[in-house]
Amino acid sequence: MKLKQLESLLGNLTQFSTPKIQLEQYPTGPHIASRMLYTAENSFGDLANKVVADFGCGCGTLGIAAALLSAENVLGIDIDAESLGVAFTNAEDLEVDITFLQCDIRNLRLRGEIIDTVVMNPPFGTRKKGADMDFLCVALKVASSAVYSLHKSTTREHVKKMALRDFNAVSAEVLYELQFDVPQLYRFHKKKEVDIAVDLWRFVPGRRNHGTGD
Amino acid sequence: MRLLTHNMLSSNIKGVSSGFPLRIEVEKVVEKQVEMNADFLRNMFPKIEWKAFAYAAKALGYSDLPEEADSSQLNSQDFLQKFHHALLELHLEEGVLICPETGRRFPVNRGIPNMLLHEDEV
Ligand SMILES: C[S@@+](CC[C@H](N)C(=O)[O-])C[C@H]1O[C@@H](n2cnc3c(N)ncnc32)[C@H](O)[C@@H]1O
Repeated sequence: MKLKQLESLLGNLTQFSTPKIQLEQYPTGPHIASRMLYTAENSFGDLANKVVADFGCGCGTLGIAAALLSAENVLGIDIDAESLGVAFTNAEDLEVDITFLQCDIRNLRLRGEIIDTVVMNPPFGTRKKGADMDFLCVALKVASSAVYSLHKSTTREHVKKMALRDFNAVSAEVLYELQFDVPQLYRFHKKKEVDIAVDLWRFVPGRRNHGTGD
Repeated sequence: MRLLTHNMLSSNIKGVSSGFPLRIEVEKVVEKQVEMNADFLRNMFPKIEWKAFAYAAKALGYSDLPEEADSSQLNSQDFLQKFHHALLELHLEEGVLICPETGRRFPVNRGIPNMLLHEDEV
């Protein structure tokens, strides 16, 4: 599938109608989402024929993109039933087969090394401090090939240190710096939308400690 | 929910030591055809906990899987076809997943398992 085509399909997805600020619910726009997943497949071969998990899948954008790029199996996980309902319908509309799971990422327990790649746009931790690092920690335990994630550029050093030192990643690389418009977060501010600088990361998990269970 | 998911999902309640495999109570099963990818299956085979997989398939009403399997069977088209069907085409649409240790029930609605915990279970 061509990048343009992917972007336009993602642009037609239904997104959060009443976002829950507490959960930092804002969608990854089609421009960023399509490039993120396109890079994962075309530069690294991390999607096609793989098992992919979308952490905090919201309305399903990233997981659906992975499925459109020929991931063999996609698991979309979110804490919020309402978002999962929208994601379910989005997936159905595009005729992609995704398994959804309602779970708090922090309490996710998976056996074995079945998941190859995790893709996510985690809460930046603006609402719940450390939420982004909670996601990254679990992602690096669960994935066996790679983790793609977005984090605020201002936290770059911290992200790198945590990934390599505390979460056992063997590599942590910023692929792109992007401008991300985050609407709901700043609702009480004067501006309706604020562009913030965000890094697209690719992490390679360490070989040990796979699975979050057993 | 595909059985591939069942094969990795463990009970996540605090203090539970062997939360795998979750027992299955079935209300409704659906089948959705997908194209078979033999390379994917060969790659996936060693990662699958076969006993739990065969149990889950049986629970969903599919008893054509052998109780035990080894990698030599991956040369058989017939075996691959069954493996494929149970792993990716069978879905638990409505039912319950049950923690093997505590009996805690996790409902599955519209194919979506709800693994959210109560405060005292975290
Ligand atoms: C920034 S949004 C990203 C949504 C979607 N992945 C996308 O890219 O459009 C973060 C998502 O994480 C979910 N979330 C927040 N905290 C969570 C948690 N502890 N466990 C699971 N999901 C969580 C929210 O419900 C929300 O859908």
